[in-house]
Amino acid sequence: MSFISYLINGISLGSVYAIIALGYTMVYGIAKMLNFAHGDVIMVGGYAAFSMMMYYGGNPVVAVLVAIVVCTVLGIVIETIAYRPLLEAASPLAVLITAIGVSYFLQNAVLLIFGSTPKSFQSVVNLPSLKLANGALTISGTTLVTIASCIVIMVVLTTFINKSKPGQAMRAVSEDKGAAQLMGINVNGTIALTFAIGSGLAAVAGVLLCSAYPSLTPYTGSMPGIKAFVAAVFGGIGSIPGAMIGGILLGVIEILGKAYISSQLADAIVFAVLIIVLLVKPTGLFGKQIQEKV
Amino acid sequence: MEKIEKMKQKNLKSNLITYAIVIIAFAIMQVWQISGNLSSLLSGLLVPICVYVILALSLNLVVGISGELSLGHAGFMCVGAFASAFFSKCTAGIITWMPLRFFLAILIGAAAAGVFGLLIGIPVLRLRGDYLAIVTLAFGEIIKNVINVFYIGLDSNGFHVSMKDQFSLNMEADGQIILGGPQGITGNEKCSTFLVGVILILITLFIVLNLINSRDGRAIMAIRDNRIAAESIGINITKYKLMAFTISAALAGVAGALYSHNLSTLQASKFNFNTSILALVFVVLGGIGNMRGSIIAAVILTVLPEMLRFLSDYRMLIYAIVLIAMMLINWSPKALEWRERLLDRFFHKSAKEGE
Repeated sequence: MSFISYLINGISLGSVYAIIALGYTMVYGIAKMLNFAHGDVIMVGGYAAFSMMMYYGGNPVVAVLVAIVVCTVLGIVIETIAYRPLLEAASPLAVLITAIGVSYFLQNAVLLIFGSTPKSFQSVVNLPSLKLANGALTISGTTLVTIASCIVIMVVLTTFINKSKPGQAMRAVSEDKGAAQLMGINVNGTIALTFAIGSGLAAVAGVLLCSAYPSLTPYTGSMPGIKAFVAAVFGGIGSIPGAMIGGILLGVIEILGKAYISSQLADAIVFAVLIIVLLVKPTGLFGKQIQEKV
Repeated sequence: MEKIEKMKQKNLKSNLITYAIVIIAFAIMQVWQISGNLSSLLSGLLVPICVYVILALSLNLVVGISGELSLGHAGFMCVGAFASAFFSKCTAGIITWMPLRFFLAILIGAAAAGVFGLLIGIPVLRLRGDYLAIVTLAFGEIIKNVINVFYIGLDSNGFHVSMKDQFSLNMEADGQIILGGPQGITGNEKCSTFLVGVILILITLFIVLNLINSRDGRAIMAIRDNRIAAESIGINITKYKLMAFTISAALAGVAGALYSHNLSTLQASKFNFNTSILALVFVVLGGIGNMRGSIIAAVILTVLPEMLRFLSDYRMLIYAIVLIAMMLINWSPKALEWRERLLDRFFHKSAKEGE
């Protein structure tokens, strides 16, 4: 029974990774950049929800909505100021370093505003936990909501990208920027939209993450950020189902590794599995194999 | 032929200038220190500056010359640091002459990191671009985690290894804990000095610059510029990529050895993702593939946070803003165009005035 409970916890943690990884993978697919500040947007989302609940009454729904709005705006601002001027730079590393600068900036800005003492985050979910098999298996409300939101986000996002006009524009831009522009697609607008969606998702992930692990510091986002990045690569960066499955697998491996092998080595196990997967499938589980032409 | 000779001379001249800059900077700092005007803060930074310069040079070999992104250079530094500190600690009673012990420790640190570079490199260099980056990132994290769980002790019966805690080592009374899990290696002797650091920088520069201007270096750069073209003229891709990667890892190990012998307590958690990223920032800010730039960027960015101390709480915030601004000014095509126009106008004007 404990195995099933670990498995469910793993899926729940993995769902959070998956939501973060979606942001990574969408941005990578369209702008070909690794957005290392993504993890810190999660943290900002957590703090936004936290302050809404602490200082302005405690309605969780409002808190989540405010967090989403804050992060979406933040994502667009970051993209416009820091990334857009560098997307055409001579080296793709330039924008990577700027992303790191943005990450430092967000961490230290939050550090100045809220201080370094960890804030204890009150879960936004007030559902009672689910008891199965005569109480041998308990699933907390937070876990259920996390998994459910992950499924909803996945379905909505897939439909959006495959069926809607802006979604089609996104796919076109990620395939070929120049050709998309010639077809009358607003390339900069589409990239900004991608950042907005990615950052909005990061806010949701931040709230869910803090609900499950209720300690919030300015550095809360960095490790989940790196792990979600790993998850995105695991599933094949640029692929949306890949990010989803990569995230969930990563969460399950981490929790099972913690439970059965060693809690200190759990991260090492996650990364070792990643290396093995990449050695067998060099572009991740669902990555596209790009043929090089001479 | 004449053109090649000219290019060679130009290279030589540029390299000599780089060496000269390092030596002159060393001389100035030395005079400053002897005259007693150097603040204790800055003199405490001298060895770390050398460490970061070597790290930046070694990473620039991978990123700039070989054209691969490595996000786990702190991992190689970590291997070098722990291997050398471990050696120093074990042989403290055997090799009593400190300089020899330190010299051997540096060699061992470099060799250990180099071996890891080779082991990681063989399977990993099959991957391209961002996938390679993520595997090096993963490697850095794994090394850090693995060192954190090991406890190693030494007594009259030899080594004892445990993964639980220091009490399960079952040592004799004369036992001494060498590696204490998350506590790392404690009670190190401080051997690193500014002089040693600068000598190591010069050796690193010598290795890197000579590699770049050799047949092997040109092969490595050919692979970076066009892999398929290089392959088609018979360059062994795996061999040259592995060569650059291993040398770079070994040099990062040297940086680690210098770092570990500057601290009395060495902990694996210091070699985290941020350290790898910091090295990458030096390389990109200094100019990818430009060794002199890497040195200057490493020095400036190591000193800058300390110089900004008067800003107290705002220090890292300002640092982040400076970093973003420098990247935008140095790399954005629009900013470059604007800068060129400004320079153009300025020189044009002065030329006119001269008439």
